[in-house]
Amino acid sequence: MEIVYVYTKKRSEFGRQCNFSDRPAELHVDILPDESLAANFIEKNPVDRGIQCVQEMSEHDVNTERFETETRGINHMEGGWPKDINPQEVEQVIRFRKKVEKDETYINTIQSLATTMEHCIRQNNAINIYEDYFSDLAIEETEETPSAKTINVFRDPNEVKRTATHLSWYPDGARKLAVAYSNLEFQRSSPDTSLDSYIWDIENPNKPETTLKPVSPLVCLEYNPKDVHVLIGGCYNGQIAFWDTRKGSQAVEMSPVEHSHHDPVYKTIWLQSKTGTECFSASTDGQVLWWDIRKLGEPTEKLVMDPNKKGNMENAQGVISLEYEPTVPTKFMVGTEQGTIISCNRKAKTPAEKIVAIYKEHIGPVYSLQRNPFFPKNFLTVGDWTARIWSEDVRDSSIMWTKHHMSYMTDGCWSPVRPAVFFTTKMDGTLDVWDYLFKQNDPTLSLQVCDEALHSLRVQDQGHLIATGSHTGTTTLLELSSSLCTMQRNEKALVTAMFERETKREKILESRQRELRLKRAGTSAGGNEDEGEGEGMEDEDLVDAAEKDFFHMINADKKKQQAKNNKDDQTKIDNTIIEESGEEENEKKDTENGEKEGKD
Amino acid sequence: MSEVEECLKRISSHKGVIGLMVVNMEGIPIRTTLDNSTTVQYAGLLHQLTAKARSTVRDIDPQNDLTFLRIRSKKNEVMVAPDKEYLLIVIQSSTD
Repeated sequence: MEIVYVYTKKRSEFGRQCNFSDRPAELHVDILPDESLAANFIEKNPVDRGIQCVQEMSEHDVNTERFETETRGINHMEGGWPKDINPQEVEQVIRFRKKVEKDETYINTIQSLATTMEHCIRQNNAINIYEDYFSDLAIEETEETPSAKTINVFRDPNEVKRTATHLSWYPDGARKLAVAYSNLEFQRSSPDTSLDSYIWDIENPNKPETTLKPVSPLVCLEYNPKDVHVLIGGCYNGQIAFWDTRKGSQAVEMSPVEHSHHDPVYKTIWLQSKTGTECFSASTDGQVLWWDIRKLGEPTEKLVMDPNKKGNMENAQGVISLEYEPTVPTKFMVGTEQGTIISCNRKAKTPAEKIVAIYKEHIGPVYSLQRNPFFPKNFLTVGDWTARIWSEDVRDSSIMWTKHHMSYMTDGCWSPVRPAVFFTTKMDGTLDVWDYLFKQNDPTLSLQVCDEALHSLRVQDQGHLIATGSHTGTTTLLELSSSLCTMQRNEKALVTAMFERETKREKILESRQRELRLKRAGTSAGGNEDEGEGEGMEDEDLVDAAEKDFFHMINADKKKQQAKNNKDDQTKIDNTIIEESGEEENEKKDTENGEKEGKD
Repeated sequence: MSEVEECLKRISSHKGVIGLMVVNMEGIPIRTTLDNSTTVQYAGLLHQLTAKARSTVRDIDPQNDLTFLRIRSKKNEVMVAPDKEYLLIVIQSSTD
C-alpha cells in the first residue's frame, strides 16, 4: 500500500513567508483494519512485562545557609521609685516605706490580701494537689540498642589545619570544651601555622568562645577542677603556662625555658590540694615535674623516669601519658613511649623507691592510661593495636585485652558512670564503645566519626557526652544513648567479679610459668638454650645468645653436609635448616599446649 | 504590734513559706523578708508578670479581673495576690 499525498505550490509563491492559521482536522487517508492480516500474528498470552514494584524515589540536596547566633544581655537596674527618692539612700527608702505602711489603704489591702493568701497556703499544705503519682514506680528497663549521635562539630578555624591534641571539659556542667591544637609531626609545621588554642561553647560551632594565645602551640590543656577560670597548658617547646579566662588570651605566667621540659609536654594534671594551684606535667624528655602556679619559676619537685631506678636521664623513657587518681593522691602512673607503664609513689623517700612497679606488655607507646573510676586497682591502657585492662597486683601481664586491630589505637578512657564501659579511638577515624559486660571480643558500638585519624578523646563527667579530636583539628561532639550512660542492674558486682576472676587466672598462669621455668632450669643444669630465658639477662645478651645458637646450628649443618659430600648441597642445607627450625617450632607449640592444658 | 504586722507574721510562719513581700504598683518593694537583691528581682519581674496577666484576663473579658496568680515551678510555688495598689507575693517551697 502506498500513501501518496501531493503538495502543490505555484512557482510564484516560493520563498514567500508562511502564513499559518487554524483550521479543522482534515482526513487524508483512512486505513481500515484488515482482518485477514491478523492470521499472520501469534497472540501472546500471557504477556511478560517487567515492572518495578518499588516506590519511586529521588534524591535532592540543598545547602542551607549557616545559622549564626549571638548572645546579648541587658542589665536591669532597680527603678520605679518616686522622683524625689534616691533608692541608693537607705534612709530615704526607709522613710518612704514607713510612710506607705502607715497608709490606711495599705493596711486594708494587706489584710484582705492576707486572707486569700493564707487560704492558698493552707490549701497547699493541706493537700498536695500537684502530687506526682506513681513516682516510686520502677522505670521499666527497655532494651534499646546502644547508639550515639553527633551533636556538633568544631573545626579548626585556621587555614593551616593542626591536630586537636588534647581536650578538656569545663568542670562545672558540660557547657564548654577547651581544645589544644598543635602539629605533632616533627618539623612539619610551616611558619604560618597558628599557635592559638580555643575554648568552644558547645552550642556554638561557628566561633570559638575564647582564644588562648601561647608562645608555642599547646599540646595539652586542662581546666582546673577547683577554679573554672584557670587552665594549665603544656607547650610544644616544653614550657608550662597557665591562663585565667577573666584576664584575656595571653598566658598569666609561663615557666622559664631553662627549668621546663626539653620536649613537648604531653600531659598535665591538676593535683588534689587545698589551694587548688598544684599540678604536675610529663614530657617525652623522661621527666615528670611538679608545679605550683603561684610560683612557676621552678618546679617544686622532679622525677626522672629511669626504669633502672637510678635517675639517669640517658636511660629515661619518654613519658607520653600520665594518670592521677584524686582518691589515691600519693600515687600516680606514667605510660612511656617504649610501651611500659610505671607506677610511682610520690611520697617515697628516695627517688629509687618512688618507682614502685613496672608493667610491660605494649609494644608501642602507651597513648592513654586511666584507672577505672570505680575500681582504682584496675587500669586501662591504650597502645599499639590493643587496649588492655590491668590489675595492679599482676605485673607480668594484663588481665584483659582487646584483639589486635587493623589500625593503631590512639586514645581511650573509661566511662565515668559505668564501670564496664570504656571508649577507644583509632587511626582509621572510628570511635569504639566497649561494654565488657555485654561483649568482650568486639566493641558494642563502632562509629566512623570522620575519615582521618582520631587523636584525642574525652568523656564529660556525666558520661553521656563524648568529645573526640581528629588529626586535622576537627572536634566532634557525640551524645550516647541512655543505656550506655546509666548503670545497669548489678553492674558493679558483676564487674568486680569479672576483674577478680581474670586477676586470679593471670596469677595462676604466672605461678605455673614460674614453676615450669624452675623445672626447666633444674633438668638442664648444664645450661643450654633454656638459660637464655633467664630473668637476669639483658636484652642484648639474649640477642647475643640467640645469634650464637643460630650460627652454631648453621655450622653444624654445614659440617654434616660436607661429610655427606653431596654436590647439590646448597638447596639441601636450606631445606634442613627449614626442617630443623620447623621441628623446633613444633616443639615449642607442644610445650605451650601442655602449659595451656595445665592451666585449664 | 500592728494588725498588719501580725497578719504578715502569721503568713510567714506557715509551713513551707520561704519569703513574703509587699510590692506597690510601681514595683517598689515595701516590705520583705528576703535580702535586697532577691527582693528587687522578684518585685520587678512579678510586677510585670502580674500586670500582663491582669491585662490578659481583662482583654478576654472586660468584666473579668485577675484575683490571684499561682506560679508552680520545679523548686517552689510563687503566689501573687494582686490588688489595685499593692501586690502580696509569697514564695512557698514545694511540699513533698
